Amino acid sequence: MEEVKLMKGNEAFAEAVIRSGCDGYFGYPITPQSEVMEYLMKEDPELKRTGMVVLQAESEVSAINMVYGGAGCGKRVMTSSSSPGMSLKQEGISYIAGAELPCLILNVARGGPGLGTIQPSQADYFQSVKGGGHGDYRMIVLAPASVQEMADFVSLGFDLAFKYRIATLILSDGVIGQLMEKVILPEERPRWTEAEIIKNTPWATTGKTPDRERNIITSLDLDPAKQEQHVYKLEAKYNEIEKNEVRYEEIKCDDAEYVVVAYGSAARICQKVVDLARAEGIKLGVFRPITLFPFPKKQIRALGQRVKGMMSVEYSLGQMVEDVQLAVGGALEVQFYGRVGGMIPTPEEVLEAVKSKLIKK
Amino acid sequence: MSIVKPENLVYTKTKLMTDKTLSYCPGCGHGVVHRMIMEVVDQMNIQDKTIGIAPVGCAVLAYDFMNVDMQQAAHGRAPALGTAIKRLQPDKYVFTYQGDGDLAAIGTAETIHCCNRGEDIVMIFINNAIYGMTGGQMAPTTLANMPSSTSPYGRDVARMGYPLKITEMVAPLAGVYNCSRHSVHTPVAVRRLKRAIQKGFEAQAAKKGITFIEVVSNCNSGWKKTPNDANKWMEENLFPVYPIGDIKVDGNMVEK
Amino acid sequence: MAKVKGEIVVDKDRCKGCEICTTVCPVNSIGMSNDLNNKGYRYAVTINGDCTGCTNCGVVCPDGVISVYRAKVE
Repeated sequence: MEEVKLMKGNEAFAEAVIRSGCDGYFGYPITPQSEVMEYLMKEDPELKRTGMVVLQAESEVSAINMVYGGAGCGKRVMTSSSSPGMSLKQEGISYIAGAELPCLILNVARGGPGLGTIQPSQADYFQSVKGGGHGDYRMIVLAPASVQEMADFVSLGFDLAFKYRIATLILSDGVIGQLMEKVILPEERPRWTEAEIIKNTPWATTGKTPDRERNIITSLDLDPAKQEQHVYKLEAKYNEIEKNEVRYEEIKCDDAEYVVVAYGSAARICQKVVDLARAEGIKLGVFRPITLFPFPKKQIRALGQRVKGMMSVEYSLGQMVEDVQLAVGGALEVQFYGRVGGMIPTPEEVLEAVKSKLIKK
Repeated sequence: MSIVKPENLVYTKTKLMTDKTLSYCPGCGHGVVHRMIMEVVDQMNIQDKTIGIAPVGCAVLAYDFMNVDMQQAAHGRAPALGTAIKRLQPDKYVFTYQGDGDLAAIGTAETIHCCNRGEDIVMIFINNAIYGMTGGQMAPTTLANMPSSTSPYGRDVARMGYPLKITEMVAPLAGVYNCSRHSVHTPVAVRRLKRAIQKGFEAQAAKKGITFIEVVSNCNSGWKKTPNDANKWMEENLFPVYPIGDIKVDGNMVEK
Repeated sequence: MAKVKGEIVVDKDRCKGCEICTTVCPVNSIGMSNDLNNKGYRYAVTINGDCTGCTNCGVVCPDGVISVYRAKVE
């Protein structure tokens, strides 16, 4: 019998973390995602459930480096934070990418820049997708639009991370994190045993046994020719991910003449806009990228060939809109509508934008 | 008649040090500290259970020289890695290896909180009062009036702050079980360091918390001295500010 | 009465000529070579027969290039 609950996004996420076979969570308080660590501490899985370690670090910088250390041991480890905390983690994320370490990171984004606000935002898109740290690297970026996806993306995120030895970022926002909704919780799966870790991650620092050379986790190579080959190896990985792991959802796009592109909770708002628009005879659809990297370029390009207009709707000054325009190419001039600073657009104002910017009524 | 026969061998480099030539300058203390750690790991027969963490700094390539599983940490973050590696693999032996810039400048918060949590790891801290790898800049432990490439006229404490005694700062923390300061420029000192490292690994196995080992060491290139002159200068100038000896033993501060 | 005799073997081409070993030998039996090793350093050499195999030099050598042997000889 499915276990259905009414839960807050952050808490459903935390429960899913315990059930995902996670070995370690390292976090730091920051609104609007502190419930993740609070829930984990209350459940105390280390002593009461799966043996999973939960530790509050002294800073987000320390927390991401704890993730680095744990991931280097082949363990399923993760951290969660929100925008300002994510900025502090960028160096650590770049090291994780360089050392090809699998891990899971949750960003419940909030209004910026600076201390900003604690209300929702999507202005961390560039930081998440283009790389906020130094050097050429990517993360797989999943954008949940519901409490259900907050829960489902945990195991998905871990599995993708270990499949490609990469960090998976779940880019949520204050709406999804704080929202309470019905959620079907995933089945619990066990943590890996030491033997499974040694088999699944032979590169991990589990202790140099006589049967193998020592394992070294590093992102350093002082020989530029070797480092170049390493970066090309990362590139090949990212290309593979772009080929295999694109995820998206199309809502009423089949007969759409106009399409809004939106992810996360913005896509939920746009679903209402579609109903309002269609009530006025406007054939509007929503294209919702679920993976922000790999970005659904092909699908958006195809849409761009057959619809009259496209508009990106984001809680930002317009970031994903650039990728939509890149995907569409010359076929269309992609429009944009957004709110910033933690303000959320209402369906009515988005509909106005659709009319004035897309349909030019 | 030569006595060089296997049965007469009483000392040689442990096989837990790799054959790679050390990248350190002639006479640098890093090489001795590396070897003492590996001698302890060898004698305790825990090569298959030991994980080391290398810093950013001269010892960034420590994993080329120590034949155990190792991770290379971002500058200052080794204690964070050590915390996670030990908590996730409590049956393993974990040590961090850091220089003064790594542990007492950028990584100060990680150092203090790792000690404050009393993680069951051994922390090795090489204090040569200068940034070696980057070419001799001032470190938190640089002495008053001591020249460096970023204090060319000598460290002006009024403008550049005072020599930071991080070891004395962490020693009283409840999570710290053993805390001592060492050097490696004489055989007696080296043997004393090895005993402290062994004691640290044993304390780790007994889950007693942090063993914090500082090694005051020479930086011949940074101080622009020959190795023996550097060691003499170290005795006369560094030891008075960073006194050698036990600071905390088995959880108890040593009365001064 | 058996006398304890020592002898050292220096990995000549790995010695960096730091000379620290020359300061710790209780019987001053270590000096520096006149010729250079393949890196251009003078390397540690035995300069008298008084070595007792006490291992001081081996222990303090930063690059671990000195092996020490000790035996009772008649």
